[in-house]
Amino acid sequence: MTDMRTAFAETAEDIVANDPLAAVVLADISTAMFEDAMLSFSDRLINVGIRESLMISVGGGLALTGMHPIMHSYAPFLIERAFEQIKLDLGHQDAAAVLVSIGASYDVPEAGRTHHGPGDVALIDTVPGFTVHVPGHASEVPTLLRDAVGRPHSSYIRLSEAINTVRLPVSSRLTVVRRGRGALVVAVGPMLDPVLDATEGMDVTVAYATTVRPFDSAGVRSLAATDTVVVVEPYLAGTSIRPIDEALADRPHRTLGLGVARTEVRRYGTAADHSRLYWLDRAGIRASLDRFLNRFLDRPPAYLESVGG
Amino acid sequence: MTARGAHEHHEVMELTYHDLPGLMTRMTGDEKHAPSATSTLDVLWVLYDRILHVTPSTVDDPDRDRFLLSKGHGPAAYYAVLAAKGYLPEPWLDDFGGISSRLGYHPDHKLIPGVEISSGSLGHGLPLGVGMVHGLRAQGRTSSRVFVLIGDAELDEGTNHEAIAYAGAIGLANLTAIVVDNQSSSHGWPGGVASRFDVNGWSTSTVDGRDHDQIAEALSRRPADRPHLVVAVVEPKDS
Repeated sequence: MTDMRTAFAETAEDIVANDPLAAVVLADISTAMFEDAMLSFSDRLINVGIRESLMISVGGGLALTGMHPIMHSYAPFLIERAFEQIKLDLGHQDAAAVLVSIGASYDVPEAGRTHHGPGDVALIDTVPGFTVHVPGHASEVPTLLRDAVGRPHSSYIRLSEAINTVRLPVSSRLTVVRRGRGALVVAVGPMLDPVLDATEGMDVTVAYATTVRPFDSAGVRSLAATDTVVVVEPYLAGTSIRPIDEALADRPHRTLGLGVARTEVRRYGTAADHSRLYWLDRAGIRASLDRFLNRFLDRPPAYLESVGG
Repeated sequence: MTARGAHEHHEVMELTYHDLPGLMTRMTGDEKHAPSATSTLDVLWVLYDRILHVTPSTVDDPDRDRFLLSKGHGPAAYYAVLAAKGYLPEPWLDDFGGISSRLGYHPDHKLIPGVEISSGSLGHGLPLGVGMVHGLRAQGRTSSRVFVLIGDAELDEGTNHEAIAYAGAIGLANLTAIVVDNQSSSHGWPGGVASRFDVNGWSTSTVDGRDHDQIAEALSRRPADRPHLVVAVVEPKDS
């Protein structure tokens, strides 16, 4: 099965080959994947070296001349290091570009905190007008990228190593994966697999989101039958609570945002280790859901008691 | 609000260099202007009077030359030149910084015809200019030049040095950086501003930033295989 990064590189190369206004700007990351294209389209496959700020600004300058730039690196270098360039040279200049990251929150745990990007979506959410996509399967990447290139506003596509076994068609709306009478549980991108596992046997509705900005407010309103919504995101916990809260502003409701905690976990190990540490594996999500939905707020949920937690 | 077409609403009557102080007074109300507002005055005038292939009626022409005022603070001289050359109506100057004004203390390209970028935060213009040259080249628009004006203190910002090193390394023709040097950088540039560009393969000219012929001659240089720098030296900021 193709990984998301390869799907991105192949699609981007094809877009550049067919759209004379498309360009890719890199900062040394993933250049090997574009070697052939760099020879064929040297004017539009630009590697600025290890200069992420310049990469974003060059994209902004390209867009101001009518081009359709794609910029790409690890999430913390693409979004956090060059954040003012994103805010001003794309946002404030009204220059549309597509940002595509790899590394996600902890795809390379052995590399440590410097390569972790759990805050990326929350940060991008402060820039007006960005569309944010979090694919859960490599098969979604070509469609998302093709739709994003040439849009009149900017987009952020957050790739990950984690891939769902379930493959769903790309939609900008919530896709219902399982219907129940209880809470609405929204799984974002690669969180669908663990959410489906964790909610096995629970009477809840599970919906899948690939597009989180704009968040599907109408979908939330129609699917939140009990006015109880849980959103499970593969980045900073609670990032999408705000749009969900706004969608339900006219009725009493309860929300829970699961995701990567606001803590500095000085651990290496594997991605599975980190999912466990952040309670984003099957057991952790189940425990959080039990606690929230069954209101076992004054004592540990049943699951934790059974394992002596 | 859209900037497009605003110049159509007024009679274009070109003014001269000697009208600029009066136009600036309409913005600031002062008889004497802050050095940061006036250090750029002569370079701006020469650019719009003699160098740039752009007019108020070609601000959307894809083949126009681009001028990027990276050093966006103290824009009174810029606005005065734009008004004198007919890009914006003179009455706009009277409400400088007002709630309904298109002219802020830093320029916004979405609000002013002929302004290519919104600036204010330092160190963004030169990297954007590098991208513009790439974009023009990719579209075969090799007649267009991109000029970016920065200050010697603005050169402190590291993003400039990313752009200087990269543009020099790939020999990015059609890019001209203009550093207006009023010696206001806190820690200075030992060896001179031009040395930072020269070592990265740029061609460089250092001129008297008040001498219009010198400025024009330096800005007319257009090496085919590398970016070009013009250092316009003016009186020190606090002199």
